[in-house]
Amino acid sequence: MQNFQDFLQTWPAQRRSAGIAVATTDRILAVLEKDSLTPQDFLLLLSPLAQDCLESMARRAHDLTLRYFGRAVNIFTPFYISDVCTNQCRYCGFNARNTQPRRHLNAAEILAEAGAIAAQGFQHVLLLTGDARHLSSPEYIVSAVRDIKPLFASVGVEVYAMNEEEYRLLIDAGVDSMTMFQETYTPERYAWLHPAGPKRDYAWRLAAPERAARAGMRSLGIGALLGLEPFEQDAFATGLHAWWLQRHCPGVELSVSIPRICPHEGSFVVEHTVDDRTLAQYVMALRCFLPRAGITCSSRESAFMRDHLLALGVTRVSAGVSTAVGGRATEDLHNPGQFEISDSRSLFQMTAALAARGYQAVIKDWETPIL
Amino acid sequence: MSDPFVLGGVTLKSRLFIGTGKYSADSLIPAVAEASGAEVITVAMRRVEKGQQGIMGHIPGHMRLLPNTSGARTAEEAVRLARLARAAGCGNWIKIEVIADTRHLLPDGYETAKATETLVSEGFVVLPYINPDLYVARACAEAGAAAVMPLGAPIGTNRGLRTREMIAILIEEMDVPIIVDAGIGRPSQACEAMEMGAAACLVNTAIASADDPVRMGAAFRAAVQAGRDAWLSGAGAVRACGAGAQPSSPLTGFLR
Repeated sequence: MQNFQDFLQTWPAQRRSAGIAVATTDRILAVLEKDSLTPQDFLLLLSPLAQDCLESMARRAHDLTLRYFGRAVNIFTPFYISDVCTNQCRYCGFNARNTQPRRHLNAAEILAEAGAIAAQGFQHVLLLTGDARHLSSPEYIVSAVRDIKPLFASVGVEVYAMNEEEYRLLIDAGVDSMTMFQETYTPERYAWLHPAGPKRDYAWRLAAPERAARAGMRSLGIGALLGLEPFEQDAFATGLHAWWLQRHCPGVELSVSIPRICPHEGSFVVEHTVDDRTLAQYVMALRCFLPRAGITCSSRESAFMRDHLLALGVTRVSAGVSTAVGGRATEDLHNPGQFEISDSRSLFQMTAALAARGYQAVIKDWETPIL
Repeated sequence: MSDPFVLGGVTLKSRLFIGTGKYSADSLIPAVAEASGAEVITVAMRRVEKGQQGIMGHIPGHMRLLPNTSGARTAEEAVRLARLARAAGCGNWIKIEVIADTRHLLPDGYETAKATETLVSEGFVVLPYINPDLYVARACAEAGAAAVMPLGAPIGTNRGLRTREMIAILIEEMDVPIIVDAGIGRPSQACEAMEMGAAACLVNTAIASADDPVRMGAAFRAAVQAGRDAWLSGAGAVRACGAGAQPSSPLTGFLR
C-alpha cells in the first residue's frame, strides 16, 4: 500500500454499509473487551446501535485515556497571521467571496501578537494563515516562525498543503507540528464544497500529512469537519487515516481533531448536524480504536462539552482563543474570525477549570533540543 | 539488615523510583515522594520549563533527579536532551528513552545503545530503558550503563510482568543492576519483580493515575520492600499451583 488514498479506496461505501449492518449490541460489547481494534471494530463503535452502549464505551475510553495520558491535558493557542484566502470553501468565514476587510500581518505585527500571546503564558502555538501563496508564501511563514520561535517552546502550523521540500523548510525554521483537516473524505462532496481555489485538489491535500511525515515533521494533526457528510462516513475515514498514518509513520506523534461545523460569515446550511451524544460517541470510538493518539478539542465546543469530553478521551485543548488575525495585540478590531468560538476561557481560567476537575494543564510538552 | 543499593556511586536506601508524569497536579508530588520513600525521581526534559516553573518547583530538594529523554526518536535527540538536562542543572544522571513507535511506545534498542555509549563518554550516569533483550542489555552494559531498565509490559499498560521470563534472564546474566521500568500496574507486581531479584522498580502510571496517589505511593513502598526482603531471605521452593499434594505415587508406586 503506497499511500493512504489507495488504502481508503479499499473501504468503499458498500463495504462500510455492510460493516455497519452487522452491528449488534453483543458485537459492540465484545469489541470493547478486545486488546486491539481493527477498522471493522471501529466502524461498529461508530454505528447508530453503539449509542445504546455509550456507558460501556465510556468506561473503556476513560480507562485507556487515564492509562496513556494520565490526568494531564496539553494546552495550545491558535495564532492567526493572515486571513487573506483564495479559496471559496462554502462553510468557511475566510471564503474569498466574503467581502469583509482582511488582515495580513507584517513582521512587526507578528512579533507584537506573539509577544501578547507569550505574555499570557502560552508555550505551544499553532500558526494559521489563509490559502494565498502570493502573500502568505512558504518564505513568509518560515520568516514568521523564525521570528517567534524564541518566545515559544513549540510552534505548529495549520496552513495550505505544501510539498515535501517546503515542509522541510518549515521544520528547519523550528516547526514541530502540522495540522491539516481534510474537511470531508468523500471526493464528490469535497468537490462541491470547494468550488474554486487551490484547495480544490482533494488528493494533494489528503497526502499532505504523508509528505510532512516524510520531511521529518514530529507531530501531525488531522480531522474532518463534522456536519459536512453523514457522521459515520467522515468519522470512519478520519479514524482510518489516523490508523494508517500510525502504521506507516510510526515515529510521528498523531492527534485527531473533532471539529463540528459552527456559524461563520456567509450562509452555509449544515445538512448533517452532529449532536452532543454523537460527538461523545466519536471521541470514545477514537480512543478505543487509537489508544495512544492525541484527541484535540477546539473552542468551537462549549466549555461544558469540552470539560466533559476530557474523561472520554480528549487530551489537548486550546485556550485564550481568537480566530481573528492579530486578535490579541490589536484592541480595535473589526474583522470577523474564521468561525465563532463557544469557549472563550483564558489560559488562567482554563488551568483553573482543569484543576477543579482533577486535571493538570500541561503548558509545555516538547521543545526540540538544540544543544 | 542493612541493604544499601549503590547506583552510579550513590548509596540509596529506597529501591522504589517514582515519576512525575500523568498527575492531576504537580503539587501532589512532594506528598507522594514522602509516602513512597523514594529517593530517585524521573522527570521528562520535554516538560521542564525554564527556571523553577512547572514540575521542577515541586520536586523535593533531597531527591536525586533522573531526567529522562522522553520524546526522543533517535540517539542524537536523546543525547541532546541529556546535555540539555545537565546544562539545566539536573545533574549527570540520565534515563535514556528512545521511542520511534507511537503505536506501542516500545524502545529502540539499537539507538538506545548508541546514545548510551555517547553519554557515558561524556561523563553521564546512564540508565537505559530497554526491551528485556539480553543482547541490548549487554551492549548497554558494555558501553558503560550504570544499570539497565527493562520493561515489564509496554508503558502505561499496567499489565504487570508480561516479560517475566526475559527479565529473569537479565537478572541471571547481567552484572549491572536490573531496574524494572514500565508496565507495573499494582504493588503485587512490583513485589514480584523484587522477589525475582530485580534491584529496583520504577513506577509512575500506577501511582499517578490512582484515585489516591499518596496512598498508592505508600503501598508500592511496602510492596517493594516486601519483595526485596523475600529475595534476600532466600524463599523456599514453591510447588506450582495445581500440582496438588502427592500423598502417594500413582505412576511410580508399582516400582516399590
